[in-house]
Amino acid sequence: MSANSTVAGGVPKTFPQYLIHNAARFGDMPAMRHKDYGIWQSWTWSEMLDEIRAYSIGLGELGLKPGEKVAIVGQNRPKLYWTFCAVQALGCVPVPVYADSVAEEMVYVLNHAEVAFVVCQDQEQVDKVLSMGDELTMLRKVIYDEPRGLRDYDHSDLHSVDQLQKLGREAIAKNGGDDWLNTVNSADPDGLAVMLYTSGTTGRPKGVMLRTSDCVNAAVSTVEFDKLNENDVALAYLPLAWVGDHYLSYAQGFVAGFCLACPESTDTVPQDLREIGPTFYFAPPRVFESLLTSVTLRMEDSSKLKQKLYRYFIKVANRCGEDILNGNPVGLGDRLLYALGSVLIYGPVRNVLGFSRIRVAYTAGEAIGPDLFSFFRSLGINLKQLYGQTEAFLYVTCQVDGHVRADAVGPAAPNVDIRISENGEVQFRSPGMFYSYFKQEDKAKETLTEDGYVKTGDAGFIDTDGQLKIIDRAKDVGKLKDGSMFPPKYIENKLKFFPNIKEAVAFGDGRDFCAIFINIDLTAVGNWAERNNVAYASYQELAAHPDVYKMMKEHVEQVNADLAAEEMMAGSQINRFLVLHKELDADDGEMTRTQKVRRSFVAERYSVLIEALYDGSTEKYVETEVVFEDGRKGSISATIQIADAKTFDAVQPMKEAAE
Amino acid sequence: MSGAEPKNAETVDAAQVQDLATFDDGIAPGAELLRVENVSLSFGGVKAIQNISFDVKKGEIRAIIGPNGAGKTSMLNVINGFYHPQEGTITFRGQVRTKMRPYMAASQGISRTFQNVALFTGMSTLDNIMAGRTLKMHRNFFWQMFRYGPAFKEEVEHRMAVEKIIDFLEIQAIRKTPVGQLPYGLQKRVELGRALAAEPSLLLLDEPMAGMNLEEKEDMSRFIIDVNQQMGTTIALIEHDMGVVMDLADRVVVLDYGKKIADGTPNEVQANQDVINAYLGVAH
Repeated sequence: MSANSTVAGGVPKTFPQYLIHNAARFGDMPAMRHKDYGIWQSWTWSEMLDEIRAYSIGLGELGLKPGEKVAIVGQNRPKLYWTFCAVQALGCVPVPVYADSVAEEMVYVLNHAEVAFVVCQDQEQVDKVLSMGDELTMLRKVIYDEPRGLRDYDHSDLHSVDQLQKLGREAIAKNGGDDWLNTVNSADPDGLAVMLYTSGTTGRPKGVMLRTSDCVNAAVSTVEFDKLNENDVALAYLPLAWVGDHYLSYAQGFVAGFCLACPESTDTVPQDLREIGPTFYFAPPRVFESLLTSVTLRMEDSSKLKQKLYRYFIKVANRCGEDILNGNPVGLGDRLLYALGSVLIYGPVRNVLGFSRIRVAYTAGEAIGPDLFSFFRSLGINLKQLYGQTEAFLYVTCQVDGHVRADAVGPAAPNVDIRISENGEVQFRSPGMFYSYFKQEDKAKETLTEDGYVKTGDAGFIDTDGQLKIIDRAKDVGKLKDGSMFPPKYIENKLKFFPNIKEAVAFGDGRDFCAIFINIDLTAVGNWAERNNVAYASYQELAAHPDVYKMMKEHVEQVNADLAAEEMMAGSQINRFLVLHKELDADDGEMTRTQKVRRSFVAERYSVLIEALYDGSTEKYVETEVVFEDGRKGSISATIQIADAKTFDAVQPMKEAAE
Repeated sequence: MSGAEPKNAETVDAAQVQDLATFDDGIAPGAELLRVENVSLSFGGVKAIQNISFDVKKGEIRAIIGPNGAGKTSMLNVINGFYHPQEGTITFRGQVRTKMRPYMAASQGISRTFQNVALFTGMSTLDNIMAGRTLKMHRNFFWQMFRYGPAFKEEVEHRMAVEKIIDFLEIQAIRKTPVGQLPYGLQKRVELGRALAAEPSLLLLDEPMAGMNLEEKEDMSRFIIDVNQQMGTTIALIEHDMGVVMDLADRVVVLDYGKKIADGTPNEVQANQDVINAYLGVAH
């Protein structure tokens, strides 16, 4: 057979068909790169077809039967991405598993998904699988990518990818590869394409089942939307098992035919990013935050002249950068200054960050601070927001070029319907949406409405310009006594956007007004104290400092002003607040290990403080037990000041929330 | 242990050929690689080593332990030719040497790391490890000066060998970082990399875990085991962390005040009364 065989019927309907199609369309264009031994190794589409075909046939030779499931565990490695396609080509189903999950979690998924083969990146993952061998009754073969350290293992059921490819090539030499091609061409587009397990923050992970045709259609519409093509380059660095990576790297990559680059290791991502210079990029807000911090810190270490230039041109960018990016009218003077800034500052900064060639960048996952968001946009980086879910095969909404805001996530993505239910919950219907949870049809029924919409569990509303705004998890949204909506996370996020505030906890459900606990950020406030000659001996002392309270009051009032401007939020302005004497800490059970505040636990632990917030007292003595890192216990006591904050009249007449 | 069919077994071997080069010294595993016989070394009146004999077998991890001032580092310095013992002989790969200069030791396949890291702090990780290849570079000064022709080809080959070591030690992220800026644990790793670059037959490690935290020690132990098992490199190491020694070493020789007081497997040594006395002290 030739590598240039085209897909029967012309239009590819599955990802393996896209592989063959791409090998014919873009045969000599790079399909994948991987930095290995310090050098970027590349595979063209036709080379990749060759590799994947050999691998796929090798899997068949090893006894993989159509319809069986194959788990994939590891980081972003070319061979693991090939596994998706090699497995799908045989009519089997890939099931990616989070590489950092512990052996027990992994076993749950492997057993629940009934996987027959598991493909591991390296010894670490192989060890995890083998350590639970007795419990994995369905598992027949373990396959690995990197042989290091595995030499002395029992190889009766353990095979390397290279070895499978060799088996595959031998089979091709003997029988030709036409059978394989026929299997790919006659694949059922309505079959199960992939099973993605949810991260399982609430209970056991669920296996989200996605149909092949749906996955392809979803990818086709977003590829069109962002005009992705074979000249684009993306860097794969997000967890393989996460829907975002599977969608952005694999599904869109195959449909658009762009080149996917795999980093050398997780530690080298920033360098690799800079070397590759992707044109399409996705990162959660915290990545952008750490990039901004590193830029700021490095500028502070540079020479006076550079600092001055930087400050001046960042001011220019703040003034007109976003307007220029959005195509709004901007005065000639500013345009000239911005052009000069591009040469002197913005270009070099973009280059250092690896953003020189970005056409489209997305952020999602949590709320992004407006200042952070506009910093990157004002540098000329087309950063946009999207809102998605595993159940949707990622995209639910995404922002259109030129209509981008920090506080909304955009209108419905192409071919997606969104609506807000009567109780304020966001619901959607999309081309890529899931059709069931594996072996949990009852749970799937709970998630789907009768008319086929998916319930997201998020509360939100559609703003005047048609963009969706997400407020909070629906179950967390409460009501004040007067009936106004009280979305705690929405308010907390607004506060957390101030660098001086590390954490905030809002209370108000069923109460008269909204009140807040604040945790100061020791680095930022400590830095401020140093510059302003404020002496302090401990976190507790700094937190209680009158000037810090003054600063926090300003922040809170700023948030109130923002809230007053929003029709639905004006009722939940912050009336009173206090600054906690200690940092909320996972060791004390106040936060989860993933750094999320455990609201109910905090409420119980500090119930006296909450009472004080509502009974009008101006200070309160409190004693708290703390656990030190070595497990010893101690207690801190403090008298905490409680301050009032100014509230503002709603800009528009107040309405009752979502009623 | 393997129930694989022959066809598979064959391919398994092909897949497992290790990329990292090792020194071919022509000595069978388990045979004697180094023999130290009746060696004594003194500095003026200070007797650092007195009449010590032991051997190191091909493929093993041999630990040299003892309290401070026992003569461990002196012993290592004797082996790699930095000190010249007044008495006794050293047999390495069957050749008897009374005086061995460090460069001769290096060219015969002995490389080492130091107790207090001895890297070129202004140079990058890559260049430091490249320096470990010096003995393997054969093109003359003029070719190298212009980095052209055969010298260029040679450099590419050496760079490949170095990149494999960088990959092996998982230090890709610091490839271009000047080593002076690196934390101590990573510097130790770079130093190990430089020693490995010489593709040694015998690797001498002087306190590879000194000053490391638990995690770094675990990593380093892993690398030492991998070097030993995958590359087949014989290792002689000095270490103070008894847990590490007991886990890693095949055989242990114990020195105290320049004398050998015990020699055997970790368990034997642990049970030896002289060793216990030397470490815990004894009432006189």
